Amino acid sequence: MRQDIRITGLGGQGAITAGHILGRAASIYDRKEAVMTEGYSPYITGGWSRADLIISDDPVDFPLVSSIDVLVAMYQEGLETNLSMVKANGIALSESRLSRTFATNHGEKRRVLSVPAASAAENLGRKMLTNVVMLGSLEAIAPVVNLGSLKKALVDRFPKAAELNLKAIDAGYELGLKAAEELKISIG
Amino acid sequence: MNQYAEDGTLVPGDYFMMGNFACVEAAIMAGCRFYAGYPITPSSEIFESASTRLPQVGGYAVEMEDEIASVAALIGASYAGAKVMTATSGPGFSLMMENIGLAYMMEAPLVIVNVQRAGPSTGIATLVGQGDMMQAKWGTHGDVETIVYCPNSVQEFFDLTIQAFNSAEKFRTPVFVMADQVVAMMWERLRIPGCGEIEVKQRDVLDPKVLSSQVPFDYSEDFLPMPIAGTGCRVNIDSLTHDSRGYPSIEHSVSETLTRHLVGKITGHAREIWKWEEFLLEDAEVAVVSYGCSSRSALRAVKIARSKGIKAGLLRLITPWPFPDEIIERVSSKVSTLVVAEINYGQLIHPIREHSRCPVVGANWAPGTLIDPSAILDALQVVVPS
Repeated sequence: MRQDIRITGLGGQGAITAGHILGRAASIYDRKEAVMTEGYSPYITGGWSRADLIISDDPVDFPLVSSIDVLVAMYQEGLETNLSMVKANGIALSESRLSRTFATNHGEKRRVLSVPAASAAENLGRKMLTNVVMLGSLEAIAPVVNLGSLKKALVDRFPKAAELNLKAIDAGYELGLKAAEELKISIG
Repeated sequence: MNQYAEDGTLVPGDYFMMGNFACVEAAIMAGCRFYAGYPITPSSEIFESASTRLPQVGGYAVEMEDEIASVAALIGASYAGAKVMTATSGPGFSLMMENIGLAYMMEAPLVIVNVQRAGPSTGIATLVGQGDMMQAKWGTHGDVETIVYCPNSVQEFFDLTIQAFNSAEKFRTPVFVMADQVVAMMWERLRIPGCGEIEVKQRDVLDPKVLSSQVPFDYSEDFLPMPIAGTGCRVNIDSLTHDSRGYPSIEHSVSETLTRHLVGKITGHAREIWKWEEFLLEDAEVAVVSYGCSSRSALRAVKIARSKGIKAGLLRLITPWPFPDEIIERVSSKVSTLVVAEINYGQLIHPIREHSRCPVVGANWAPGTLIDPSAILDALQVVVPS
């Protein structure tokens, strides 16, 4: 079992941080093989960045993501430019305010879901939690790591803000369940 | 997230870490306490981390005016008794060459990490290349032999950085860790072993008292204890061809003795330096030879080739220099063709061809990305028609 995941956002949204947390959850707590590579646009601030993660039961040879099982996009262009790389039965998860594409279910094909992660983060008092809310939603829709592992890795990363971050995960998880229910996507 | 012991070293255990950071932790565990450098992508995290971490363990990290000065500072610190390191990428590596030659001549142990990026010149700072492999051997002038390690994972970047320090100390010479942008910037699980599990070679230091009766450079031995400045030793080190006292000389016999020593101390121990890995070579009809990040593409290509019925295998060179001629000769005598996969337009293929018993073809690729397994697979399918 191998899953290729891309998390993309604009500078400051925390796409890379989200990748680190997911990679740590997979490799340290789930004891899976995980490789993460990073990509950046040639800007100083505000450009796109992406975390590419391969999570596998077996050692990973070629370490780059070439087709995507799960895409997490936190801006419009990130969804548009990467959607064609998502596999036929893959999932794309976008932030509903930051990308205009509406959630659609293409039947057995590629599924695009959207969650209001930015609003949820604002409700928690910190817009910068958007990436963590997205991770929570990802867990509800396509659980690439154990939820408990994700939470442990998150607390490792933000020990002083553990409580708030765990709330963001839970909020995201609820949003993810709701989005999946609306599209009648079976979880797992 | 990282847990540190009281002495500032990383607590043994598993970490999810970037290659560049792993390299610094390895250097610290190997005893490195001095870093002089000039930041350059994609190696900058090494300097960044060294600036934080070395002071935590009683060491120093100094930003120099350029890479030439960086290596000069390393030589000085090395002769003051420190284990030393710098990191750079292609453009900085070119600048370092003058003083790398000086380090060979002065027999100063130092570790230079080159995180290779796309070239030539300043090329593309953020993208991968393997175009400095010949420069590592031939970049400085004169006859020298060199020791190069090529990691292909975060764990191996860690392990080989420690090995590089040990070799630098044993052979009293500059040693290179030729990483690349992919390996250096990728994140993987890293197991930090306990101190007892790591072999660390301590420097063999010349006792100042011995000097009254003994010359500092006794070239009858391959490995010489090092005179350390400030300990009472007379430290005559010179870039000019020098005799056993360290004084410049234009005697033919002195030149012959010195240059033979510099080359021979490496070539005479090449078998103990060589590291390599073989995958599915037992029944292979064709072998891919690769190193560094490219070897991970090669491994994928070999697996796909096997699934298509092509009896392919992989020889991964972990120490491309000193050149592992006997390994190439052995593997090439059992297969029909060697396919050399590297992110350049043909570098290590040349010494491989020189020592191969069978035809050698290149799978070359250098657009600033990791070589795609399909490019290697194409080469395999051409040389082994189904």
